Amino acid sequence: MDYEVVIGLEVHAELSTNSKIFCSCINEFGGDPNTHCCPGCSGMPGVLPVMNKSVIEYAIKAGLAMNCTISKFTRMDRKNYFYPDLPGAYQISQHKYPICRNGYIEIDVNGKKKPIRIHHIHMEEDAGKLIHSDYGTGTLVDYNRAGTPLIEIVTEPDMRSAEEARAFLEKLKAILQFIDVSDCKMQEGSLRADVNLSVRPKGQEEFGVRTEMKNLNSFKAIVRAIEYEAKRQIEEIESGGVVYRETRRWDDNKGISYAMRDKEQAEDYRYFPEPDLPPIIIDSEWIERIRSSLPELPDARKERYVREFSLPEYDANILTSSKVLSDFFEKAVQHSNNAKAVSNWIMGDLLRILKEREMEAEEIPFPAEHLASLISLIDKGIISGSIAKKVFVKMFDTGKDPETIVKEEGLQVVADENAIRKIVLEVMENNPGSVADYKGGKTKALGFLVGQVMKATKGKADPKLVNKLLIEELSK
Amino acid sequence: MELYELTIKQLSDMLKKKQISAVEVTRSVLDRIDKLEPALGCYITIVAEKALQDAENVQKDIDNGTLRSPLAGIPMAVKDNICTEGIPTTCASKMLSNFKPPYNATVIRKLYDNGAILLGKLNMDEFAMGSSTETSYFKKTRNPWNVERVPGGSSGGSAAAVASGEAIYSLASDTGGSLRQPASFCGVVGLKPTYGSVSRYGLIACASSFDQIGPITKDVTDCALVLNAITGRDEKDSTSANIEHPDYTKFLINDVKGLKIGIASEFIGDLLDKEVQKAFIDAVDVLKKLGAECEEISLPSLKNALPVYCILAFAEASSNLGRYDGVKYGYRAKEYKDLEDMYRRTRSEGFGPEVKRRILLGTYALSAEQYDKYYKKALQVRRMICDEFNDAFKKYDIILYPTTPDTAFKFGTMTKEPMQMYKHDILTMPANIAGLPAITVPCGFDSNNLPVGLQMLSKPFGEGKLLQAAYTFEQNTEFRNSRPCLS
Repeated sequence: MDYEVVIGLEVHAELSTNSKIFCSCINEFGGDPNTHCCPGCSGMPGVLPVMNKSVIEYAIKAGLAMNCTISKFTRMDRKNYFYPDLPGAYQISQHKYPICRNGYIEIDVNGKKKPIRIHHIHMEEDAGKLIHSDYGTGTLVDYNRAGTPLIEIVTEPDMRSAEEARAFLEKLKAILQFIDVSDCKMQEGSLRADVNLSVRPKGQEEFGVRTEMKNLNSFKAIVRAIEYEAKRQIEEIESGGVVYRETRRWDDNKGISYAMRDKEQAEDYRYFPEPDLPPIIIDSEWIERIRSSLPELPDARKERYVREFSLPEYDANILTSSKVLSDFFEKAVQHSNNAKAVSNWIMGDLLRILKEREMEAEEIPFPAEHLASLISLIDKGIISGSIAKKVFVKMFDTGKDPETIVKEEGLQVVADENAIRKIVLEVMENNPGSVADYKGGKTKALGFLVGQVMKATKGKADPKLVNKLLIEELSK
Repeated sequence: MELYELTIKQLSDMLKKKQISAVEVTRSVLDRIDKLEPALGCYITIVAEKALQDAENVQKDIDNGTLRSPLAGIPMAVKDNICTEGIPTTCASKMLSNFKPPYNATVIRKLYDNGAILLGKLNMDEFAMGSSTETSYFKKTRNPWNVERVPGGSSGGSAAAVASGEAIYSLASDTGGSLRQPASFCGVVGLKPTYGSVSRYGLIACASSFDQIGPITKDVTDCALVLNAITGRDEKDSTSANIEHPDYTKFLINDVKGLKIGIASEFIGDLLDKEVQKAFIDAVDVLKKLGAECEEISLPSLKNALPVYCILAFAEASSNLGRYDGVKYGYRAKEYKDLEDMYRRTRSEGFGPEVKRRILLGTYALSAEQYDKYYKKALQVRRMICDEFNDAFKKYDIILYPTTPDTAFKFGTMTKEPMQMYKHDILTMPANIAGLPAITVPCGFDSNNLPVGLQMLSKPFGEGKLLQAAYTFEQNTEFRNSRPCLS
């Protein structure tokens, strides 16, 4: 039987406000344990939460960027449960009246566009971290992260494949970065996603029983976990088994998920309105002020790239998938009149090198202007395309600007006709077979001979000139 | 007269005239504590040395003119659920018996700014849960009027200390009557301010939407003086009201002519002890004779105050007390198998039975299956009670009824009957449910020579009207001049 996979996501994004959500402690990743906390965020008795207004603004920004309705009335609720990383034994979150509702994000998978609906976005505080160290016998708690502001973005079950889920997350990440509310570093946990997944026979309307998967720390892990879980559920059903509603933990090393202990009975969080914080009233003026301050969003930028620079939609899509990359492109284009070349370099060599070196776009060691200079060197015929590729690697290694590299390494194109003619003749002499082939009508041999000349000049010869001189000599 | 017998106003005048020094007053009260504490047990912690040191420093500031507050140099004490930096703050619980907060509550900071001399921390029911101070982990506090009787609760220490001269005034907290009931039992004045008048920052929460800190004083004038010092918006408490508080001493006017007083008929009759009823009727007569317009009104939804209170206040408390889990501070069980076991043992061993009872009831009321039936319904009824009060205050300046249905009871009579104990607070709970200001002033004695309290409620931020009515009543009766006979 054919099955359809149904996926909904719950994404937590840490907001990059200066201070924490309910106290004035610095909101910063890392730090020595328990140095970024105060009596408030470490749960001392008698200390009261005070709402950080920036958190509300950031959440409204995110909601507007995701086409949500912003609630005029919103409030915080308490979610009660015991765990050592939760110092007050309750998380201040939103349950009944989330700040944003009914939005959507449009994704694009292989040219197919599809809106993924956002059920709601709510604000809440993060918990601390448990440290299971070798130091002593017990478990230690670090409250630095406690009180970090989060938004949770909850989608409708609108995704039907791992690719769609991935596309959604990439788009979400781009949006959050573009509006500058979260740095979305999955490796630091500032973007975390839980996957709700069920399967149903194709054509069936009712949803199947869903599981929730946690501990997904990269896009790759999410894709693998979805594929694994879909297969597991289908096999379970096919073999006459039952899918249970449960929370499962993904083990990325083993490539499997397993049901988490004692989650069998539904947890009762005893939500109730937070009595220490008054409801939040958001007026239209505030919403409109934030709306008008929103920067250009990924989709708008994408359209502009196609319109302004005549880039293919595919290229524009990739460039706008990351704010850093897109900003890099914009900066380079300001200094270059060859937008297509800038795009090609970014999409090709730049992304490849980043991937090879496991670097993030933030870590590019040279400014975008340098890429523009490199392209200009090629366009002016000062270096060849193949030399340029080498210069580009050097730019990554040293951070130096391309002119300096070309100068220091003597990489300018050799355009001295006599010097090149001499090498052409040498190559012809050393490759009589190819010369004969060419003269016998196998014009393909020319390419080989050009390559030999370029090799002999270490790529510095002007390829057009090499071509011209070879043909001249071969025709003699 | 000994210095410890005097009021803030009297002492402050004498300090200003340099007739006495802050150190002398402090020493007088400390001597009184030394003498009476073994019999009364008002304090959990006494900081005598710090008090004398502070008195010396404050006296310097009084002398050089930098401190002019009427509270400057006056020794006082606070309930042990109000955080004091570096001084144990236990909530009278084994759970926090070793807890020293690294911060001061806003009210403490304000009192220090006014030159108040802190003598120590006062006994109470564990986590402010109780009506007799018998649930304290540490000790019993005895009623200065009759040591066989409870002082009331949960702020029993705060009321007994003021009544006996072990403090010139005190701060207490009021969640369902915890300040007014003991003030009434001990024959002193107690004011629960409007919810949001006084910052709750540093008050260890019992039920967040009910809790309010207020003064317990020897008379209404002192009450106004302390209120001036502790009210006001606090950025650290988002529920504190952003309003301009008047100078409350401006309302100390001996005049109730034309004041419209409603007498809640629901709270008179069978509910009350006969002698309390009589004292109350006499009090109404006094006010009438002074020109107040008194008439009976009906507030039918008040009969629901008890269930509303028990559901909402216990629900909030069950959540507020979750943090005492043995992980970060306070008591932790000595032995345990794993995390779950540590939680279970720590909380089983660290909390007393009344606290556990309320946590269990509150947890139940919030559970997913019961939420609509209990918590949600109680919220709706709370709104009804508020609306009913709002309507009443369109017509009346003051609503009047006794503070408690009877006078101070004997030890052990309520502890085994929790519902009896909760019911006992029926007259004080409504003000907390609706967030209204309420004052209790002495209005007589029963045949056992135990004090009876008269309670007045006003609309939100109507503290001025309350003080005026209470002051007028006080000035035209003799009850404030009676003090317990303690050898």
